[in-house]
Amino acid sequence: MKSVNTIVDRRDGKLVMAHFYVAFIALAIGGLAGLLQTLVRSGKFELPSWTGYYQILTIHGVVLGLVLTTFFIMGFQLALVSKTSGTLTAKQRKTGWIGFWTMTVGTVMAAVMILMNEASVLYTFYAPLQAHALFYIGLTLVVVGSWIDGAALIMAYASWRKANPGKPSPLLTFMAMVNTLMWIVATIGVAATVLFQLLPWSLGLVERVDVLVSRTLFWYFGHPLVYFWLLPAYMAWYAIVPKIIGGKIFSDSLARMSFILFLLFSIPVGFHHQLTEPGIDPAWKFLQVVLTFLVVIPSLMTAFSLFATFEMYGRSKGATGLFGWLKKLPWGDARFVVPFIGMLAFIPAGAGGLVNASHQLNQVVHNTIWVTGHFHLTLATSVVLTFFGISYWLVPHLTGRVLTKAMNKLAIIQGVVWAIGMTFMSGAMHAAGLLGAPRRSSFSTYGGSEQAMEWIPYQVAQAVGGSILFLGIILMLYIFINLAFFAPKGEEEFPVGEVSDAAEKTPMVFENWKLWIGITVLLILFAYTIPFIDMIENAPIGSKGYKFF
Amino acid sequence: MAQPEIGKKTNTKVEDQSSLKGTLASVFLLGFFLIITWVGVYFLFLDRF
Amino acid sequence: MHIHKFEKIWLIFGITTLLVFLTVVGVSAFYMGNQPPSCLATINPEKVDTTAPFDEPGLKKVEGKEWDYELIFVASAFAYNPGQVEVPKGAKVKVIATTKDVIHGFEVAGTNINMMLEPGYISEFVTTFDKAGEYLIVCNEYCGVGHHMMSSKIEVVE
Ligand code: HEM
Ligand SMILES: [Cu+2]
Ligand SMILES: [Cu+2]
Repeated sequence: MKSVNTIVDRRDGKLVMAHFYVAFIALAIGGLAGLLQTLVRSGKFELPSWTGYYQILTIHGVVLGLVLTTFFIMGFQLALVSKTSGTLTAKQRKTGWIGFWTMTVGTVMAAVMILMNEASVLYTFYAPLQAHALFYIGLTLVVVGSWIDGAALIMAYASWRKANPGKPSPLLTFMAMVNTLMWIVATIGVAATVLFQLLPWSLGLVERVDVLVSRTLFWYFGHPLVYFWLLPAYMAWYAIVPKIIGGKIFSDSLARMSFILFLLFSIPVGFHHQLTEPGIDPAWKFLQVVLTFLVVIPSLMTAFSLFATFEMYGRSKGATGLFGWLKKLPWGDARFVVPFIGMLAFIPAGAGGLVNASHQLNQVVHNTIWVTGHFHLTLATSVVLTFFGISYWLVPHLTGRVLTKAMNKLAIIQGVVWAIGMTFMSGAMHAAGLLGAPRRSSFSTYGGSEQAMEWIPYQVAQAVGGSILFLGIILMLYIFINLAFFAPKGEEEFPVGEVSDAAEKTPMVFENWKLWIGITVLLILFAYTIPFIDMIENAPIGSKGYKFF
Repeated sequence: MAQPEIGKKTNTKVEDQSSLKGTLASVFLLGFFLIITWVGVYFLFLDRF
Repeated sequence: MHIHKFEKIWLIFGITTLLVFLTVVGVSAFYMGNQPPSCLATINPEKVDTTAPFDEPGLKKVEGKEWDYELIFVASAFAYNPGQVEVPKGAKVKVIATTKDVIHGFEVAGTNINMMLEPGYISEFVTTFDKAGEYLIVCNEYCGVGHHMMSSKIEVVE
């Protein structure tokens, strides 16, 4: 492993930090929007007349769901590859910068349109609500920029393979590759609907748009999108957290296998977001429900691996009894504790996800605030807290500083504050959702309806949780600024897990991308071809654009 | 020399097995939580029209 | 590839559980008719008001069908027509709805009636209204500034 860097090269570090600056600015803006939403929904607070709930919600969704995630993930993956496969070449780094600036320009364009109230269409921009063309162009640039970033990663991977013939790539590089390839295959869907449908339509080149086709292309992208968010967290859980606690990776091969399963099964499942809509045969919906359940399996494997890593470490330190190993874990280390809270949140998150995906059970929760509660556990807790946990060592590592004892303590407090806030907010959202309270809705008594009145106490609880969460965001931003600019100079470790000695050699078949992408494409064709042709053949007249905002 | 080696081997094997019992218990607790949640909502579905 | 014995036990248990879930929803959907709303019929969204059955929104008794009533709803920004309707308790009803403009939701809160209304498509759901009470219908898909004002009401009466 001669090419492994102990320290990520400064020039690569700058590229990664550029991504992180945008991500944390997004966190600040989006967090404020989130707080305002919960306050409005409590019924005790009104927005000033120059803005509106749905404009704020569009900001929140775009800036946190699309901008924070994409920038953080691309930056993190660049850091992983630079660390485990060697410093980027000048050409690779330049490609990375082009990607970064393309994404940033796109983000600014979309943001300006949202601020001008020309694009209050929420982050899913369902037609026939029609945003300004510049909003769609901006989002396209974000996606294209992420492809260019992805190209830099693929180039770096290819040069490692060339320099190390016949050897499996470093685990973290491999994982970053899987996520990048999945992202590229998935974003083709959203690129297709934006470039061929929404953009010409918003420019007035065509009058009408096929709504169902557009939604189907969107959700072909939308589910792998959530796995694109989740896999970087899994990378940290599988391959970084073991090193932080002083243990070993449970199994390199099993980790790779579960990532390959994610690549195969995260895409042909978009119909589970369209279970209650017309125009799609229920048999095809059910087929994709079955495929969705298959993608649960790698998560079951992940759960086992993580517990096993913790238990093996605890026992090596002399733990006894059934759960004695829990006590041996480093509860004073934010780099472990904060992602660990994220792991715990994935338990209720996964349970909710199974309900959402269960065909007709979806009718109980579809588009209720339960769904919002669900993805604030998956995305806004499991994933985001893991990203925070990564930042606590990666940011000082890249800026040549250290996480001080005081900051470490504050970071643990941050994680705990988040957990408390989210318990209130997400818990109340799940409960209100089961009672029928709709998502994506400003405060309303629905004409004094008795049912709507029952939802209001839960909305107040959400505002309490939201306020606590906002405090967590302020703490996070404070720590980030400290680590980026003010913390004492020094060398912070970039933890990369090692495989336990007992584990056997990694099979080379995992690097056979032709095979895996081939199967991925076949599964997509199997799940989508016939229903998609049906949709086009039986299409009603398309829709004109509406600007109801 | 052979005797103690065999003894050692079985010994580590036993330890290796029993040493993940906490993991097994944990994932089963997780599994039961998934089942309870799912069954709960399923009954809500059955109860409603 | 070596897999630990306990992991095998866990995966067998987990996968069996998933299979049981799938079997339960699958049998319920394909043999007992509890499919999620998936109507394949289309309509011209600009001619909804003149297309049957949407030219006469509201509750209608029907004969010779598997259901006793048809309940027709037309959605448009930001209202449902009818704005209120009474349904006799125990009636087997086919709810039929569509939209004249953007995507709307159609959720009868506290029931399993929850479907997307998309321009050009008709959405349907058959159920028996077997519990009396007042049920709020809310739009649960964002449709514009008035989205949270969009509602209707079903009264299930004895
Ligand atoms: C201070 C912390 C946060 C608060 C108080 C908050 C609050 C909310 C609320 C109340 C909604 C739903 C509103 C509705 O459906 O009417 C929402 C939606 C959403 N939130 Fe958050 N949130 C927070 C953090 C986050 C984070 C960190 C992320 C992601 C990284 C995130 C991603 C989203 C997304 C994608 C939506 C969906 C927007 C939509 O439905 O269009 N949130 N948030
Ligand atoms: Cu999904
Ligand atoms: Cu609406």
